[in-house]
Amino acid sequence: MSDKKADVQASADKIVLKNVSKAFGANRVLNNLDLTVPAGKSLVVIGGSGTGKSVLLKSVLGLLTPDSGSILIDGQESIGSDSKTRSNFMKKFGMLFQGGALFDSLKIWENVSFGLVHGQGMSKKDAKLIAVEKIRAVGLRPEVAELYPAEISGGMQKRVGLARAVASSPEIIFFDEPTTGLDPIMADVINDLIVDQVKDLGATALSITHDMASARKIADFVAMIHEGEIIWKGPVADLDHSDNAYVDQFIHGRADGPITRRVA
Amino acid sequence: MTSDVAQQDITNRKSGNPINWALDLCALVGGGILNFLAAVGRLADFAIRSVMHCFTPPFYPSQLLRQLTDIGYYSLPVVGMTALFTGMVLALQSYTGFTRFNAEGAIAGVVVLSITRELSPVLAGLMVAGRVGAAIAAEIGTMRVTEQIDALRTLSVNPFKYLIAPRVIAATLTLPLLVLIGDVIGVYGGYIVSIYSLGFSPTTYLTQTWDVVTDMDVISGLWKAAVFGFIVSIMGCYHGFNSARGAQGVGAATTNAVVSSSILILIFNYLITQIFFS
Repeated sequence: MSDKKADVQASADKIVLKNVSKAFGANRVLNNLDLTVPAGKSLVVIGGSGTGKSVLLKSVLGLLTPDSGSILIDGQESIGSDSKTRSNFMKKFGMLFQGGALFDSLKIWENVSFGLVHGQGMSKKDAKLIAVEKIRAVGLRPEVAELYPAEISGGMQKRVGLARAVASSPEIIFFDEPTTGLDPIMADVINDLIVDQVKDLGATALSITHDMASARKIADFVAMIHEGEIIWKGPVADLDHSDNAYVDQFIHGRADGPITRRVA
Repeated sequence: MTSDVAQQDITNRKSGNPINWALDLCALVGGGILNFLAAVGRLADFAIRSVMHCFTPPFYPSQLLRQLTDIGYYSLPVVGMTALFTGMVLALQSYTGFTRFNAEGAIAGVVVLSITRELSPVLAGLMVAGRVGAAIAAEIGTMRVTEQIDALRTLSVNPFKYLIAPRVIAATLTLPLLVLIGDVIGVYGGYIVSIYSLGFSPTTYLTQTWDVVTDMDVISGLWKAAVFGFIVSIMGCYHGFNSARGAQGVGAATTNAVVSSSILILIFNYLITQIFFS
């Protein structure tokens, strides 16, 4: 999924963040952050734990409100938007949560069809057909549809989460640490599914991860966040010769380098 | 100039000046009061938003039905047993005391008034706070920490309408029904003890009960129950919704929900009694 740098400018930008800042008390998590995600492309934000990746994702999703700055979705301001506009944004979004975030009390097919039934007002009968189709698309047997989340494995829960994220054919899909907690083979299966689903839908994808194998597989573009700022961005093919000491240290997982970690 | 004042302040504090100790104490008390008022404000805001979402679409009837069953139907055994044994104990204790003054004839009245006005609504409220308030806080708290509430939002569903409103409506409607059933069971408990243990005449006991009780005795208890149901559901939802991360956060949310709703039930019991019977 590699592309040239020029593609970034040529494509229309689906998501644009300008000077976004967010602090929790004295802890400034996002610091005048700028980022653009071109339409139809997959951008992966990499960075260590506590660098602001999750806050960045939740700010774009509207789950957190930044203290300042601007977030444009399809050219429309997201920060401070009214509930109707916010609802319209949400209809464009699909999200795969790190832990799956499946609803315990609902069956798998009800989880997958939840947004269709409750968000879009589709009948349960029609929604169930789509849900079973999506369950099949992520490599699960249709019988799984009648089980509850507690009855399936972590890898299967991730697949169900992916099925739910794409069930309403969203324009923009967010992936929060999609391979965390999975064995390498299952992680690769999930990466393949993500690539397939995003490609099939022609969607724009914004992911956060610290799993480099995952980033290399699902990204068109990679951005690195450090201390609340994007310190490097480029096509995934340029990742190994970024000329950025922070990126080099991170992608090679070296303890020595400009990124220092407090261990006690 | 400012730095001079700051330096003087530091010097005074280091010197242990009594005035500064007093100022520190004032700051501590003032900070505590401000924190308390901020918490009350957050709770009031949450309660108002919850009530508004109870009356505005979209509605989720299947969720409401589930909550009516969970909160109402499944609380019936607990409330029924509590009412039954409370009525029985009340009859026994009243008999023990009233025989000293040859006032055994007042037992039926004491039982029915105590049960309908106070014991049935308060004990039902406290039992439901323990059973339902804790369950609500734990369930919503777990949903918070496992990002299920965030997931609801990303699926274009308002958590207040889907999670909070059905629980508030269900608790506010079902607790009066539970208390009404508890009234009957509690009075029956007093009847059983009075007839089969203390040797009262069934007809006399029932006549005395009927003569003493008024509509207002029962209605005041039902109003109390509705308020207690609202309190239990709001406190459970509020603490669950604002739960901190991890098992400890959910545990603390559950404890806070039960303790705060129990205290509020006792406070509002006094206030409502004051309104109805002062």
